[in-house]
Amino acid sequence: MEIIGNLLNGTLVFSTALIFAALGGMISERSGVINIGIEGFMVSGAFFAAIFTYYAESAGLGSISPWLGLLGAFVCTIIFSFIHAVASIKYKANQVVSGTVINILTPALTFFLVKVLFDGAAETPIISNVFRKISIPYLSDIPILGDMLFNTYPTTYVVILLVLFMYYIFKRSTVGLRLRAVGEHPGATDTAGINVNRIRYISVILSASIAALGGATIVLTTTSSFSFTTVAGQGFIALAAMIFGKWHPIGVTLGALLFGFAQALKDQMQIIPFAQSIPNELFYMLPYLLTLIVLVIAVGRSSAPAALGQPYEPGQR
Amino acid sequence: MKIRKIFQYDSLLVPIIAIALGLIIGALFMLLGGYNPTVAYVSMIEKVIGSSYDVGELLRTIAPLILSGLAVAIAFKVGLFNIGVDGQIIMGSLGALIVGTQLSLPSIIHGIVAVLFGALLGGLWGAIAGYLKGSKGINEVITTIMLNYIALYSSHMMIRAFMPQEGTQRSELIKESASIKINFLSDMMGGARIHWGFLIVILVLVFYHYYLNKTKWGYEIRVTGLNIQATKYAGINSSKIMVRTMFISGLFGGLIGTFNVLGVFNYMAISASTSGIGFDGIAVALLGGNTAIGILLAGILFGILTYGAQGMSFGAGVPNEIGDVVISAIIFFVSAPGIIKHLLYRFRNKQKRTENTDETTKSKKGA
Repeated sequence: MEIIGNLLNGTLVFSTALIFAALGGMISERSGVINIGIEGFMVSGAFFAAIFTYYAESAGLGSISPWLGLLGAFVCTIIFSFIHAVASIKYKANQVVSGTVINILTPALTFFLVKVLFDGAAETPIISNVFRKISIPYLSDIPILGDMLFNTYPTTYVVILLVLFMYYIFKRSTVGLRLRAVGEHPGATDTAGINVNRIRYISVILSASIAALGGATIVLTTTSSFSFTTVAGQGFIALAAMIFGKWHPIGVTLGALLFGFAQALKDQMQIIPFAQSIPNELFYMLPYLLTLIVLVIAVGRSSAPAALGQPYEPGQR
Repeated sequence: MKIRKIFQYDSLLVPIIAIALGLIIGALFMLLGGYNPTVAYVSMIEKVIGSSYDVGELLRTIAPLILSGLAVAIAFKVGLFNIGVDGQIIMGSLGALIVGTQLSLPSIIHGIVAVLFGALLGGLWGAIAGYLKGSKGINEVITTIMLNYIALYSSHMMIRAFMPQEGTQRSELIKESASIKINFLSDMMGGARIHWGFLIVILVLVFYHYYLNKTKWGYEIRVTGLNIQATKYAGINSSKIMVRTMFISGLFGGLIGTFNVLGVFNYMAISASTSGIGFDGIAVALLGGNTAIGILLAGILFGILTYGAQGMSFGAGVPNEIGDVVISAIIFFVSAPGIIKHLLYRFRNKQKRTENTDETTKSKKGA
């Protein structure tokens, strides 16, 4: 029973960063702009979160520091997302290319800055004011689910609210309808009097900032510092979760949860005595193998938004 | 996704200006960090052509970049985005390692068999993603990412179980007979790790150009990439083409892995993450416009920037990440040629206004 509780709690903790990043990616792609740069935006988020929290902490702001870190990650990542947005929307660059630029640029620039700011150090100083688990009275006493949902990090609460909010936006609001329309048929949307490129700009920038929260989450709940290994490919996993979930808020979240579950399973399995004889690598492999198997058996063909990857050319059908 | 439709630039001007802008941006960040960009770039050039050893090591850096670029490019041509070159490299290394340590063969044959087996494993690894995309429609971006990690951890498992070097995070060394080093050249170049793989890289470049542009199979690849609906009417089995193309892409990736094991390190490391050469390959393919000659040039440029960056950190104390900053800036400007054309247009307009009278007289004479 305790193992199941730990497993579910671990699942949500591991998944939080991925859900942020995957939802972020989804916003951009539903508006028709490929966002392969999620990895880079997560790196940016992790960097700014570490920097902001560190300096806020040094200034004596105490437990508000991680919140400032989160805010810093959200706002400052706009610098990078603007590059992707301008190249792919205004100058109609190939969106995979400009996303790749982000993936090369952000790690390079942030590690460069870390070395400049901290005298050649390979990582930022450890921050002590990170997020701690908060349990909500009464609700956290619910067996299994209570521990999973109501005894966890603030970032996880934020992400749960974000999922609900995104579902509402995408399915029930005019803004969501317009965003989806831009991604499916920009020409028709333009005819209806909606500024296609403006919606795409906003989507790309929001997308990156939300993905940055994912990177920030890793720093503020798991690693307590920013280094080369902080993000290490999680952006691509988030991308996989997004495609897995077929660009739908709930599907995307389930994709990220599946991956988080496999991660948590890895940790819990290693505790069980009989598993000691199994090579460790098999557990490390588990999340990826499981994702692949589920894809082959259950998910299959994925259909991207119709206008994904195409710059909008007015007058072209 | 119109991944195939990579930028087309109408002149050589755009890449040249992009490179210049990239270097300028790199310099700006160096100034920002309090370093001297002139010293940095000079030490970069010194690092690249300073000694015969450095030239040899530069070649060693360039070879995988070209192959990785080709692996990404051929997948692009069929309309697939192969993020899985890293995994294919690992499978190539693993194949070469297995043959190199476990078999006993006469010297030249041993190396050839090891290269072939490694390339084959890489190819099969690539073909898995091609098959899943072609016949099941599963997005290749996900499958190749997953396959990268699966390759990484399988290789760890295989090395730890069958070929460990006790007390290290490495495999045992390959047998001397499996080495593809060119010893006399290596000795001439102060021990730089020169191997027969360079020859293979050139052959692969020629093969890539010929196969894509001059053969029926290459034509099928291009048709599938351009318009998958048209393949149905043309009687081309697009899923078969995807498997075949990803197999070839994986072969290229696998070759990189075999060179690393047989020509450079003589062992395979148990490293925490994949090499990242596959991602560099995306950049090389994009900058090279998916053509053989373009990829050759882009590979050389990136090789100089990455290898030279080590010199920058040694000679001028600049963190070598600045090399990647320059690379990303170059790709950015090449990918959005509109920005450069915009700048050029303004520049030319200004010139025209000042030389307006001059030009009209010239054109009259010409007519």
